[in-house]
Amino acid sequence: MSFVLIVEQILNGLQLGVTLFLMSAGLTLIFGVMGLINLAHGSLYMVGAFAAAAVAGAFGSFILALIAALAAAAIAGAIVEISILRRLYRRDHLDQVLATFALILIFSEGTRWVFGSFPLYLDIPNYLQGPVMLPGGIQYPLYRITLIILGVLVAIFLGLLISKTRIGIKIRAGENDREMIAALGVDISKLYTMVFALGAALAGLAGALVGAIQSVEVGMGEPVLILAFVVIVIGGIGSIKGAMVGSILVGLTDTLGGVFLPKILQLFIDISTATNVGSSIASMAIYILMGAILIWRPTGLYGSRL
Amino acid sequence: MMSERNINLLTLSLFVMIPVWAYMADEPFTITLMTRAAIFALAAVGLNLILGIGGFVSFGHAAFFGLGGYVMGILAWHAQNYSPLLEWPLLIEGTNSMPVIWLLSIILSALLALVIGAVSLKTSGVYFIMITLAFAQMMYYFSVSWSAYGGEDGMSIYVRNEFPGLNTLDPIQFYFLCLMLLLASLWLVSSLIKSPFGLALNAARQSPQRVQAVGLDIHRLQLFAFVVSGAITGLAGALFADLNRFVSPNMFSWQLSGEFIVFIIIGGVGRLFGPVVGALVFVGLEHFLGGISDFWHIYLGVILLLIVLFSKSGLIGLIAKKGGHHD
Repeated sequence: MSFVLIVEQILNGLQLGVTLFLMSAGLTLIFGVMGLINLAHGSLYMVGAFAAAAVAGAFGSFILALIAALAAAAIAGAIVEISILRRLYRRDHLDQVLATFALILIFSEGTRWVFGSFPLYLDIPNYLQGPVMLPGGIQYPLYRITLIILGVLVAIFLGLLISKTRIGIKIRAGENDREMIAALGVDISKLYTMVFALGAALAGLAGALVGAIQSVEVGMGEPVLILAFVVIVIGGIGSIKGAMVGSILVGLTDTLGGVFLPKILQLFIDISTATNVGSSIASMAIYILMGAILIWRPTGLYGSRL
Repeated sequence: MMSERNINLLTLSLFVMIPVWAYMADEPFTITLMTRAAIFALAAVGLNLILGIGGFVSFGHAAFFGLGGYVMGILAWHAQNYSPLLEWPLLIEGTNSMPVIWLLSIILSALLALVIGAVSLKTSGVYFIMITLAFAQMMYYFSVSWSAYGGEDGMSIYVRNEFPGLNTLDPIQFYFLCLMLLLASLWLVSSLIKSPFGLALNAARQSPQRVQAVGLDIHRLQLFAFVVSGAITGLAGALFADLNRFVSPNMFSWQLSGEFIVFIIIGGVGRLFGPVVGALVFVGLEHFLGGISDFWHIYLGVILLLIVLFSKSGLIGLIAKKGGHHD
């Protein structure tokens, strides 16, 4: 187990963590402000990826593709919020789960209808291809480093938006007491649509960024969505800070567990068993982490007490 | 307009008459469809106990469904290959006897439900939804990475397992076996609902503080309901695997957990026959809409949205004169 391998895997873990943060920040905001559990968040991720792939295919520009992903996901999110989800904020979670489950079906099959069942490919632009040399003689793909930096920038932007701007004050006020801020004259439904579109745009951005590493296909959003759920359960639902800490924890646990658990087990048992058992346990590692954190703190690391 | 009781009777008679007709008309595929409906109904009857009566939205019941499936798959796989399941410390052989498989599916699903329930019932609301989902997902990834039993590809079992005195390969005989188990579970759940335990569970959903004030341990009530619920769904999983003679990680998939909830909502939450009506309607829709269009999930999605937005008490509530016992 070399130093280089460890650093590489930590970077991979961070990259997964950053992606998860883009997803879970929106989820946790939407839950915190509107009290909505949005299963269709993964669909917005997919919408972003498909929009990016289509625009990149037509115009060949990666920047344009990212803008398209942000816009398409935000618009799709706003439409869905205004036409359907708005009616569900005061309903119980069962109705929300079911309605957003129905939206997943509609989004997935609709996308299949428009784009077909075959995966699309989104290429990494030339100027982001190839490895970059990190201090200590470690080579790492430039695109992935860019992704990590971009994710950190978005996190800083979100943090500033929420703590320093007027919109942020409204969002925080909406989390605490929606009747009160409505009484103070804030157009609450406009605020809701805005928060939803913001969350959707972040999901769309994540989809487009990851779409350049993996293939862009129907159903790509749901595995990420479920990981994002794990993240916000660990971090505490409604907390952006929790989403950040949770995504880094989950990203690192998942990546490092998959690589190092089999290797550690090899020290005790024979190689083939160690590989099998190790990868099986590693696939469960983040859920075990979640279970442990919940036993310790039932509302997550930064969640408000029940 | 019909009373809920008549709707239940109508549903039951459909579950008897359609397969009998299909048998006479020599339409084995219809019998298979009805078997699918009966098994899905069984799974959702299990879920309805914790979701409808207990008030906890479990989005992870596929964990039990899949576990039941894998119990069947693993035991039958060892029987089919004449290799023992375990040689040390004691010799355990595979088996292709349905009663043994059912019993083990029930026990192991109950144990899994005990573990999952112990962690997740500490929370409620959205946390509960996400945690149960996450546990089912954990089972999914575990089954994918467990290469000894097929990994991602799953396992095929060549011959359906045996039940004493029946030819289970005959579709109609296997169907009635499944229907009997569905009826047994309905009887169990209905007597549980009427028992002191069921009344307390129902009350705990509506007003936890009062039930606690009376001196009942809510957590234990809910945990017990979750365990029974998981066990019933696990049994359904074993039957489903036997129906398809195939087990794969897809039996753990989150879509399946979602579909179980859908069955209950279509039929009506907390109603005894809600999941049964829902499963029948769902399998019917799947068959007919699937025949019309490859993209039938869009229509299903639209129908679901309409149900959520406009009918709060499901189909039974829509047809029945007055609301059932739910809220």
